[in-house]
Amino acid sequence: MTAVGQGAERGTPVLRMEGITKRFGSVTANEGISFSLYEGEVIALLGENGAGKTTLMNILFGQYSADEGVVEAFGQPLPAGAPRAALDAGVGMVHQHFTLADNLTVWENITLGTQGLAALSLRPARVKAKIRDLSKRFHLAVDPDARVGNLTVGERQRVEILKALYREARVLILDEPTAVLTPQETDALFATLREAIAMGLSIVFISHKLHEVMAIAHRVLVLRHGRLVAERQVAETHPQELASIMVGGDVGTPDVPAMPAGPALLTLSKASAGALRDADLTLFAGQITGIAGVSGNGQGALSDLISGVLALQSGRMEIAGKAPDKWDARRAIAHGIGRIPEDRHKTGTIADFDLTENAILETYQSDFARAGWMDWTKARQHTEHLIQTYDVRCPGPETRIRLLSGGNMQKLILGRVLEENPQIILANQPVRGLDIGAVNYVHSRLAAAREGGSAVLLISEDLDEIMKLSDTIHVMSEGRLSPAFARGAISASELGKWMAGQGFEDAS
Amino acid sequence: MDLFDILLSASFWAAAIRIASPLIFATIGELICERAGVLNLGIEGIMVAGAFAGWISVWAGLPLWGGVAVALLVGMAFGALHSVLSVPFGLSQHVVGVGITLLATSVTFYTYRVVLPEVSSPPKIQAFQPYEIPLLSDIPLLGPALFSQTPLTYAAFVLALITGLVLFRTPLGLAVRAAGENPSAVAAQGLSVTAIRMGAVIVGSGFMAVGGAFLTMSAFDSFFFDMVGGRGWICIALVVFGAWRPGKAVLGAILFAAFDALQIRVQQTSLGTVIPYQIFLMMPYVLSILALVLMSRSAQVPAALMVPFNKGTR
Repeated sequence: MTAVGQGAERGTPVLRMEGITKRFGSVTANEGISFSLYEGEVIALLGENGAGKTTLMNILFGQYSADEGVVEAFGQPLPAGAPRAALDAGVGMVHQHFTLADNLTVWENITLGTQGLAALSLRPARVKAKIRDLSKRFHLAVDPDARVGNLTVGERQRVEILKALYREARVLILDEPTAVLTPQETDALFATLREAIAMGLSIVFISHKLHEVMAIAHRVLVLRHGRLVAERQVAETHPQELASIMVGGDVGTPDVPAMPAGPALLTLSKASAGALRDADLTLFAGQITGIAGVSGNGQGALSDLISGVLALQSGRMEIAGKAPDKWDARRAIAHGIGRIPEDRHKTGTIADFDLTENAILETYQSDFARAGWMDWTKARQHTEHLIQTYDVRCPGPETRIRLLSGGNMQKLILGRVLEENPQIILANQPVRGLDIGAVNYVHSRLAAAREGGSAVLLISEDLDEIMKLSDTIHVMSEGRLSPAFARGAISASELGKWMAGQGFEDAS
Repeated sequence: MDLFDILLSASFWAAAIRIASPLIFATIGELICERAGVLNLGIEGIMVAGAFAGWISVWAGLPLWGGVAVALLVGMAFGALHSVLSVPFGLSQHVVGVGITLLATSVTFYTYRVVLPEVSSPPKIQAFQPYEIPLLSDIPLLGPALFSQTPLTYAAFVLALITGLVLFRTPLGLAVRAAGENPSAVAAQGLSVTAIRMGAVIVGSGFMAVGGAFLTMSAFDSFFFDMVGGRGWICIALVVFGAWRPGKAVLGAILFAAFDALQIRVQQTSLGTVIPYQIFLMMPYVLSILALVLMSRSAQVPAALMVPFNKGTR
């Protein structure tokens, strides 16, 4: 794929950042970053979570003020710390977390802040007409009268883009715009962006997805630890090079050599619970068992059953050869089942608790209490150990976990699970939303746990991930589990057929 | 049964509108605060302060409208204190609100004792008198009920109308609503969430105080300690009942007031000899709770109500 337009006309840069440095306390988020953006050009800011991409854009957009450096739009310096100035200069930003009010309509959201507060009327007809005109020109179909809360994620993003275009933005900054989109919505977004470039707009595209950067950008700037470490023309680079620059070395994928299976640690026979129907599954020590399939096909019920959140309706479950009398989450933990939950924000952590409190959520009664009183000294030492061993980047154990990036949060959860030496590791979408470095880290830790004799259940939508790591693979479709396939014995296209529900009729 | 006679009498509806007026002022005030994302539990105390401030100013020689202006300013002053604590400092809106209510009530009683140290019964003032609007007041039933009220009652309805127009038809109103729905959206457009929220709380608190002043300057002509008697809390419920919309909130206030006017009248019928009067006193509250349960199911609470906004935090 080649990018459209070439941004060939090099006049005055539409945007220039020079020597930007920003420190938060002792952390340097940006250090001496300089770049220029020209008309009709798309540059990608590539970097892992925490590399400083978002900070840089917040400085440009006046949400933070830089400690050093200059920001210029169309040759004019922008005053620091004034979002209005960037907007007025024609710089629009589409935030990763949308800044839309759900209970207001599309047109109300778009016109917010564009009219003087002393005006006596909102002039809805005029606003809506302009929105319709822009939607047509940029192929951003959306109904101006719709309530934003009723829109899909893709539509909301269109509203965000329209918001910028409505203000006559000449420069669009998109922060991780595809993170929340389906592949089809991503294609539609790219079509719109190409339209915008053709009309002379310039774009800064922030991402850590390499193939998207290759598809849309002309130039790539790679950030690492707050510094600009490389600049490449997209035409002259390839994804592998970018990946290795991004993480600062070769991207090592974990090796998962074949290994004899140990004893069966968990067996399900004809097990039904929630959306799960008549599942047969055996988890062996020293093996990774992968569950492939589109999410929402019963994976949630399977992991809830094993982790003790959901009760068995029919069939049989045996842990190490014995069916437990009673089954709940506490018993599951006591039986050595370590859980990496699918949604680390909702069920994995408590956002406003600090790292220490989150680190001992599953063991506070057994390991960190004495005669009913919390032993915080011990808990803190344990957390410091986790932070060090699992490379959790954070100011310290007393940091509230909501301030951590997704990758660092996941490392803490991983540490919480692995430090208990679990018999069975339930990893449900363990790398969702993580960058390459963190993905490899999680994978190699899971592989190491397997070598240490744990049984790993890996649930993922990513077929590559399943096929790379798993010793045996099952496919889930509409609550049913396919028979087990040995690694290498089945191709991706065959797995795809099972994912679409073929083959199950024959089996049942 | 004579219930129908009561419901069809002009004096009943005139009483309902009169009882509704202070509720309308205070409910609109609370609604403005909540639309901007701030729950103002200072309402009860601010009404007490407004009731006293308006009345004492007139007693000291100001004209009636001067008294209303003083009440408005006193309310805005307490609103300013509330907004500084709840908006830029981001303190718990519950705690700040209850604190303001206690403070405003106590300061009022203290001032009362300082100004009138030796009186046993508070002095009376010449209160607002009903003004019959020409022609309109001649309409049967509606005329005496709606158009033979005091100027302050007319002001309550005008205020509700203007508030509705400003909230839904002007850029300022949109900014206020957006601040209550998603403050980040407001900040992203370069507007100051702090200024919008503080402004809404200050203005809204002013209207609450005028609601209080209605009690001493229009409904009655003197000031008593327990005069407000929980009307502020009723207004908080009326905002929910009205689904954060001024028009519906006015209807809710009239409905509650009608129950109140009704119970007094039913007490005087033959039923009043059979049923203890406390049951009648309870009636408006019970019916209001029922109406609240039915009406508020589909209401959309401002999404950022009670959520402090701090720029630059995750």
